[in-house]
Amino acid sequence: MRLFDLRLIIAFLFGLYGVVLVVIGVGFTSDADLKKAEGVNINLWAGIAMVVLSALFAVWATLRPQFADKSEPLKEM
Amino acid sequence: MRVLAEADLRLDAGPIDYALLVIYFVVVLGIGVMARRSVSSSLDFLLSGRSLPAWVTGLAFISANLGALELMGMTANGAQYGLATVHYYWIGAIPAMVFLGLVMMPFYYGSKVRSVPEFMRRRFGKPAHLVNAISFAVAQILIAGINLFALAVIIDALLGWPLPVSIVVAALVVLAYTTLGGLSAAIYNEVLQFFVIVAALAPLTIIGLIKVGGWQGLVEKVTDQEQLSAWPATELTGIQNPVWSVIGLVFGLGFVLSFGYWTTNFAEVQRAMSAKSMSAAKRTPIIGSYPKALIPAIIIIPGIIAAVIVPEMAQLKSGDTSSGVVYNNVLPLLMRDLLPNGILGIAITGLLASFMAGVAANVSSFNTVFTYDLWQDYIKKDRPDEYYLRVGRLATVGACVLAIGTAFIAAALGGSNIMDYIQALFSFFNAPLFATFIVGMFWKRMTPTAGWVGLLAGTFTAMFIYAISEPSFGIKLLELPGQGASFLGAGLAFVVDVVVSVAVSLVTRPKPDSELVGLVYSLTPKEDRSHSTTGEDAGWYRSPALLGGGVLALTTVLYIVFG
Repeated sequence: MRLFDLRLIIAFLFGLYGVVLVVIGVGFTSDADLKKAEGVNINLWAGIAMVVLSALFAVWATLRPQFADKSEPLKEM
Repeated sequence: MRVLAEADLRLDAGPIDYALLVIYFVVVLGIGVMARRSVSSSLDFLLSGRSLPAWVTGLAFISANLGALELMGMTANGAQYGLATVHYYWIGAIPAMVFLGLVMMPFYYGSKVRSVPEFMRRRFGKPAHLVNAISFAVAQILIAGINLFALAVIIDALLGWPLPVSIVVAALVVLAYTTLGGLSAAIYNEVLQFFVIVAALAPLTIIGLIKVGGWQGLVEKVTDQEQLSAWPATELTGIQNPVWSVIGLVFGLGFVLSFGYWTTNFAEVQRAMSAKSMSAAKRTPIIGSYPKALIPAIIIIPGIIAAVIVPEMAQLKSGDTSSGVVYNNVLPLLMRDLLPNGILGIAITGLLASFMAGVAANVSSFNTVFTYDLWQDYIKKDRPDEYYLRVGRLATVGACVLAIGTAFIAAALGGSNIMDYIQALFSFFNAPLFATFIVGMFWKRMTPTAGWVGLLAGTFTAMFIYAISEPSFGIKLLELPGQGASFLGAGLAFVVDVVVSVAVSLVTRPKPDSELVGLVYSLTPKEDRSHSTTGEDAGWYRSPALLGGGVLALTTVLYIVFG
């Protein structure tokens, strides 16, 4: 049984989400948006955090490619 | 469960929010399609071929429980009861999760059973097995239906989609990825959902804290200072005497209710059974317990903040219900007030994802019990494995159809009360199950007859206490408001189960020792209970006992700092 690497999916989804949020945060944030979030450009900051998360999972998956396999074979009944 | 009242919770979701939501569902379905390629046997489909690493099963373990009912319910409790809500996380989960990993997992995983009911069958034989398997299967369908209905109500309130559309669409998405990829797809999505929920709640908490002026500002603005300390939680338990309130919490919630839920609920235990080794299986609930200990920071604190900064909430807290808002609205209201478009889309995705993951956990544990414990054991034995893989897929379809039916019935009956009763009904099974398992695992003399008689006696005790204390039944021999009655019911059910099991065991015939190897402590060789410490399981940081001790220490420190 070989399963694809979940870490890459996490990296993909949050990479995409992060970039979208950073773009919104930098280019499309109105004063009303800022006021709603107490002056914090939350899209920008959350976007940056997601890009970092994505990078961490990508690095982990690259350094340790082995993902789902059995390390201790089960004796079948 | 009164999810939403008449209040206007409509969110101002824009195209970008919908786009983020759509991306998520494309990924979820993609996982189903990709996971399908790894499914070649029924064990692959129903238990992920027992191949997953511990961090994946650990996060799935916690995520399967982090459904949106839990999210909305616990933020609501945070708003209503304040900091005392942490008991549901700390005393009400952590010790039981560590106990499951260190004490019970060696038997669950070591005996190679494929489900919790299967352990029941091997230890106590068919009558106890049938009671457990059928009650579990029925419960999962009904709870899946409740989750679907709750999901539809939320989508209606937030986005304005009609109930039937949301029910069917959500069920079809769950159906698609679980029929294709089986448990692996369900577990992968649970892990993904975990991160999305954190990504949704952390910004909400941070902005909320900035708005109230940080932790110090929050402490100053909370009017009822008792809500800032966890003990003795008299409001939460409904027990006026502080000493009895603490005793009720520690024994009722901390021991009987939480051990009953976490150690015997197959929807949880299944995640650990899919781990790739004994070491990974033991670590699964323990790894899950770390986020469980810390996540109140982004669930309960937003609740407390909402009670201060959301005008309708503050009004409700002072006893004015005219706005139509109920405590369960905390999360949507905070999203409405604090999150601009973009991150709002992430938050909506997180809420919907957690509902769907809840339904998927119900469905994926149902199909395993149905296939292995009901169909293979009682209806069609000894067929080739491809046959059972097909049964597993069909059971998934059947489960989704039945869940849709349940959701429509709940909608037709008006929702709230009927669902409270169903949830109460299935909580009756947990405490006695735990009693039966724990006595059965450590006392080899316990007999098959004692197994099912004890279980039934305990379950009826819990039902009896519920019947005489639930106000709407009109019998009311017992007056215990709040959680008191459920603590008492579970506690008595546990005691009655143990007493009856011991008494019946003494007058009936036990199983021969040879049939109990691997199932009972004294008859299981130590090497069958221990895990390997080489290869992927090597390293002190992978020691289950050390990790377990670590989270207990962490929880103690958290209680000292925030208690």
